[in-house]
Amino acid sequence: MKIVILGAGQVGSSVAESLVSERNDITVVDTDPVRLRNLQDRLDLRTVVGSASHPTVLLEAGIEDADMVIAVTQNDETNLVACKLAQQLFNVPTRIARIRATDFLGEERILSQECFAIDLAICPEQVLTDYIVKLIEFPEALQVLEFADGKVSLVAVRAFQGGPLVGHQLKDIRKHMPSVDARIAAVFRGDASILPEGDTVVEAGDEVFCLAATEHIRQVMREIRRMDKPVRRVMIAGGGNIGQRLAEALETNYVVKIVDHNKRRCEILSGRLDSALVLQGDATDESLLEAENVDEMDIFVAVTNDDENNIMSCLLAKRMGARRVVALINRRSYVDLLQAGQIDIAISPAQATIGTLLAHVRRGDVAQVHALRRGAAEALEAVVHGDAQSGPLVGKKIEDIELPKGTTIGAIVRGEEVIMAHHDTVVRAEDHVIVFVTNKKLVPKVEKLFQVGVGFV
Amino acid sequence: MVRVGSVLNVLSVVLMIFAFAMAAPLAVSFFYGDGALRAYDAAVLITFTAGLALWAGTRGRRRELKPRDGFLLVALTWTVVPAFATLPLIIHLPDLSFTDAYFETVSGLTTSGATTLSGLDKLPPSINLWRTMLVWIGGMGVVVLAVAILPLLGAGGSQIMRAETPGPMKDTKLTPRITETAKGLWVVYVLITVACIISMKAAGMTWFDAVAHAFSTMGLGGFSSHDESFGHFRSPAIEAVTIFFMLVAGINFGTHFVAFRRTSFKPYRADPEAGAYLAVVILSCLGIAYFLFANSVYPNFVTALRHASFNVVSIATTTGFSSTDFSQWPIFAPVWMLFLSCFATCSGSTGGGIKMVRAELMVRQALREMVRIVHPHALIPIKLAGQTVENNIVFAVLAFMLVYGGTMTTMTMLLAASGLDIVTAFTAIVACLNNMGPGLGKVGPATTYAALNDFQTWICTAAMLLGRLELFSLLVVFTPAFWRK
Repeated sequence: MKIVILGAGQVGSSVAESLVSERNDITVVDTDPVRLRNLQDRLDLRTVVGSASHPTVLLEAGIEDADMVIAVTQNDETNLVACKLAQQLFNVPTRIARIRATDFLGEERILSQECFAIDLAICPEQVLTDYIVKLIEFPEALQVLEFADGKVSLVAVRAFQGGPLVGHQLKDIRKHMPSVDARIAAVFRGDASILPEGDTVVEAGDEVFCLAATEHIRQVMREIRRMDKPVRRVMIAGGGNIGQRLAEALETNYVVKIVDHNKRRCEILSGRLDSALVLQGDATDESLLEAENVDEMDIFVAVTNDDENNIMSCLLAKRMGARRVVALINRRSYVDLLQAGQIDIAISPAQATIGTLLAHVRRGDVAQVHALRRGAAEALEAVVHGDAQSGPLVGKKIEDIELPKGTTIGAIVRGEEVIMAHHDTVVRAEDHVIVFVTNKKLVPKVEKLFQVGVGFV
Repeated sequence: MVRVGSVLNVLSVVLMIFAFAMAAPLAVSFFYGDGALRAYDAAVLITFTAGLALWAGTRGRRRELKPRDGFLLVALTWTVVPAFATLPLIIHLPDLSFTDAYFETVSGLTTSGATTLSGLDKLPPSINLWRTMLVWIGGMGVVVLAVAILPLLGAGGSQIMRAETPGPMKDTKLTPRITETAKGLWVVYVLITVACIISMKAAGMTWFDAVAHAFSTMGLGGFSSHDESFGHFRSPAIEAVTIFFMLVAGINFGTHFVAFRRTSFKPYRADPEAGAYLAVVILSCLGIAYFLFANSVYPNFVTALRHASFNVVSIATTTGFSSTDFSQWPIFAPVWMLFLSCFATCSGSTGGGIKMVRAELMVRQALREMVRIVHPHALIPIKLAGQTVENNIVFAVLAFMLVYGGTMTTMTMLLAASGLDIVTAFTAIVACLNNMGPGLGKVGPATTYAALNDFQTWICTAAMLLGRLELFSLLVVFTPAFWRK
């Protein structure tokens, strides 16, 4: 697929990176030549220097025969204009734009084909905020992901000594919770994945991924580790875009403190927030943390735009007694270094936000993609099309489907109904199938399964 | 540098307009044949001639006014206009001294309602109408009226209106053009007044009483054409109508204006003051009613509620009507009512005092300081209706409170030093500074300010002017910096 990416910031670069690895022709446009050179050195793509909303620049980037344009510059207006031009002048079939201002999203007509013609509006800050809010709602989880409009959830939980299932075989989960249908989709021990079978024994320290209907999630987690006290007090370090959204989302249900070092920014925050306490100072300032009782915090979230700052403030907060610390870390090497160490959860924004976008790029009808374990594994929700002849899946029992090794079908959503996949479940047309892929290299093979008409080719 | 010449030029125009206002009582006098006709002839003539002479003398100095000139204009308007307004009184009542007449007209224009006159029932109707008309004009403001009628102030008009409009935050223009804003405010004011007149007539007043009392009610003044004030009517219906319109007039007319234009009640909910104002006043009514009932002042709760509601609303909104001599009530009740008059009304209303919005800001500021002790690094905003209030406004309010307290103490001391007992001295100053009217002791609701000597009367006159112009607009004229080039 030929894809033009406008904007080579954090989002643009990480989108480019994941798309390049999926064998697409990528052209990246940005005004900053240094950034582009860095990107070109690292990845196999083409770059064009210039303003992303100028038609000549777009032409130079080869927009005329592009299959998709992804406008992710810093500026909403640039993204809107670029998408409109792409539709009106260059007939690009798919247009994706990053829109930050909620004002643009309030009215459906603004993004419609007649107006700015945007097929998918993404707001990475919002996705990330939702992601963190979920982690605060489920403080025991490492990751909480939703499929099929929230009907099915996937949680990653670290098994602890004392959880009812720990030290037992997976099939015992049935005996513990006869009324709840849940499925363990994967178990990671260290860096290796173990394909879960009925007789697999869960050990303390394992990272367990379970899939269940959203309302059962808490019950399932209780099997794997004892539950913590619910979160009440949250401290947020960094009052940027994400910090602000996070505080706005949390302040009604939790006691929120938010720290930022910029006075002007603090003033804006305090104007926008109602009950959250805005503190001006350095999140790595020990005396400030102590004065604000960081040891009483249930969760400390560091979301400044500086990795080192986030890491240091989290380490400090943890040492001073915060129950759980969450750090936003852009550099992938840091994430691998720190997760499961002193920092409870390291979030890589690129991985967290790219899912919706990837779903659009994938072949076959993929409704949702979530990266797991920093992008090493993936869970995707795909829609089954066709009939018994043209579709490779329709009418087959799960056990008859030839899945690549390391891949499991976790659940099926049929209309409103959530069905946990068993070996004899039969797949029908229009089912949403949730597939768990432990190794990202297998993704193209899985996608192929969901393409209609493969049988005739 | 203040340009006195151009300020006087504008003042002359204001005077000429004001001369026309006297035509209304003149017509009434003619209609009733009450014998005061000659007084108005002379008054209109003198006022208009004075205005014309001043205009002719300063014609060459006419220039666009600057903000600083505006303060001088407002100060001069509010001291000179009441002087001319005394003319009908002095000419018709030869026994009345200028001191008392000036007190009376200042009391009218500042919507205080304190009076030195007694035997009101025997005064010619036109004189009573003139007194209440002063209240009505003063309620919305003389300069606002001038801005509405004549575009003579140009862009400086908004600055000048700001000097006259009560409240700490006056930057919100209701319409793009200041003349339109002034007109809009007056139109709403007139409409509500008309509604008030009709309701009062329907409740049983004569047309004349209805007009006079509606003027007095809408300006939150408190002048009545009867010595007994509302005790004269002995009608719960009239009292109820008056309570309603007093409450309406205590709300920001800017909010009324927006509500009228959008024909919706939402602006009231968005108003940061209206809710608190109504809550405080209504809860006080119930509380005082219970207090009076519990102290057996009235035999049953309903009677207690009737008298408590009327007098509490009247005093809290700084109107100053009374339906009974509330100074005879156990002391807590009248003192609480005086306390309410200090802050209950909204900014931009016709009421006096420090205004609800300032009180709200003070409470929030106090709370903020306490939170700040616990969280030294915290940045805590002061919010009103979801909007952050700038710190400089909070400082200005603090300064206002300080000057308000200082003025009140100084003037009380002056009155006490001149020989008044402390209750009379203090309550007279509270009543005048809040533009409310009756105090306690010698200046209680059943008596008048005639008991004061000339010196004390002038102190009270000054207090009313300071209160109406919210201290700074008047005091700034007396600072050396104001006159420096």
